[in-house]
Amino acid sequence: MVYQGRAHKYGRDVDTDVIIPARYLTTSDPDQLAGHCLEDLDPDFASRVKLGDILIAEENFGCGSSREHAPMAIKGAGVSCVIAKSFARIFYRNAINMGLPIFECPEAVDGIAAGDEVRVDTEKGEITNLTRGVVFKITPFPPFIQKIIERGGLINYVRAKLKAEG
Amino acid sequence: MTITEKILASHAGGDVVKPGDLINIRLDLILANDVTAPIAIEKFREIGVERVFDKNKIVLVPDHYAPNKDIESARQCKVMRDFAREQDLTNYFEVGRMGIEHALLPEQGLVLPGDAVIGADSHTCTYGALGAFSTGAGSTDVGAAMATGEVWLKVPSTIKFVYKGKLNKWVGGKDLILYTIGKIGVDGALYKAMEFCGEAIQRLSMDGRFTMCNMAIEAGAKSGIMAVDETTLNYVKGRAKRPYEVYASDPDASYENVIEFDVLNIESQVAFPHLPSNTRGISEVGDIPIDQVVIGSCTNGRLEDLRVAAEMLKGRKIHPSLRLIIIPATQEIYRLALKRGFTETFVEAGAVVSTPTCGPCLGGHMGVLAEGERALTTTNRNFVGRMGHPESEVYLCGPAVAAASAVLGKIASPEEVVGSGE
Repeated sequence: MVYQGRAHKYGRDVDTDVIIPARYLTTSDPDQLAGHCLEDLDPDFASRVKLGDILIAEENFGCGSSREHAPMAIKGAGVSCVIAKSFARIFYRNAINMGLPIFECPEAVDGIAAGDEVRVDTEKGEITNLTRGVVFKITPFPPFIQKIIERGGLINYVRAKLKAEG
Repeated sequence: MTITEKILASHAGGDVVKPGDLINIRLDLILANDVTAPIAIEKFREIGVERVFDKNKIVLVPDHYAPNKDIESARQCKVMRDFAREQDLTNYFEVGRMGIEHALLPEQGLVLPGDAVIGADSHTCTYGALGAFSTGAGSTDVGAAMATGEVWLKVPSTIKFVYKGKLNKWVGGKDLILYTIGKIGVDGALYKAMEFCGEAIQRLSMDGRFTMCNMAIEAGAKSGIMAVDETTLNYVKGRAKRPYEVYASDPDASYENVIEFDVLNIESQVAFPHLPSNTRGISEVGDIPIDQVVIGSCTNGRLEDLRVAAEMLKGRKIHPSLRLIIIPATQEIYRLALKRGFTETFVEAGAVVSTPTCGPCLGGHMGVLAEGERALTTTNRNFVGRMGHPESEVYLCGPAVAAASAVLGKIASPEEVVGSGE
């Protein structure tokens, strides 16, 4: 897969309460959630973000609550993938399970500034900062997680597994 | 192996696991609430199976926005209630018979030592206090687990925390965990298990232990866990309705790190905005007036927390400049608070006493903040906008500091209210 878009960059410990504040958790409609994505951290984000854009963050992205509304809001906002130095573990699971591509790559985070044009090529295992002409290597996911991603998320994976088991 | 590795190995159907292994485990209990269950149910239906894997092993609790705060949340609760009826679930807890999930499940004897549990709520790590492996997951994980009874996990490495010595007066589980998070940071235990032990833990009540394991997630951990001892077994006795197994860490178990604290050096803690790791000892806080105090939540809404608050508030009045909201975590705690006279003390002091709900902890209802307002609360998170407006502020503490501060109108130590002689 190839993802390409403009970078939006944030700091460390971006928590799920700022990704999607709890006052909007009375719905699980991705379009409604998308309109409030990152509202308490960057109020203009939802109006500024364009289809395919890429989120860049420092350590511990998605810490806090288990709300799947957080990756849903990000995906719903049109973000193609998230690159961070590290992810909080429940956010990591949720993103994999629902098919929001995420990449742990500290070098890329340091080498990308807000507004840079970024391209991620999962087959080549590369993140390219097109604005600055720099390439970063992605560490591949463990094979088991790769299988879930290839199936398009956990539900498809489980459905196929149950079918195979009869 | 550590206690965590032993529980995971037994639930993976093998004898041995090691940190980093990706395994599939069989689950003893699966939990969701009114915010996370509707998505989990949708995911369950997408899989295409008719029935849940075991109607006795799924727990649904309307606690976040219940009693329904508006039409949208009423719909979410209804989706969950309808599903519970359709699937004939044994453990659906209706408003009036419910409680905040992480106080309710142990109280009802639904989680037992040696269990493996996931819940679509990050504070599911609470049950580690019973010597169980339990961790927060997302709705998709729970939807899939309702169909299969299983979940995939990476076996975490363990950091051992040893708390030496005897706790100071008014210092409890909340202070220990805030202090710990302050030392290691909000990702200090990322992906890892936190094993809490030492003399201070052995002396800690079950309520204090639940508080500590509850906030393991606030250090980024997958789980928090404690050894099963006399206190645990006394708690489980009379609640357990099925057999359970007690696991213990081997003396030669391998830990990623061992961190020791002398608790004599630990005073009451307060976490400043906007991270739970932003802690200070109460003597370092300075003069901080507050608008609202909340005592409640899955972290500190248990009977012991209310007892401490009642002790502090007995015969005293809440400061005129603020409001105090007290939320017993379950109906049973609510009933016992009435019986023991705590509720009367609270009302006479000028507090609101609410029915069980997560309510203000996540800025849901029952005490949301306006811009510029400042709350001191026994809940678990103080992120930007957590209790309401993004320009409001949340400070975290234990029940003793919360109640003392409610009397004095500013963040205060319990000694300032009751004197150091008591």
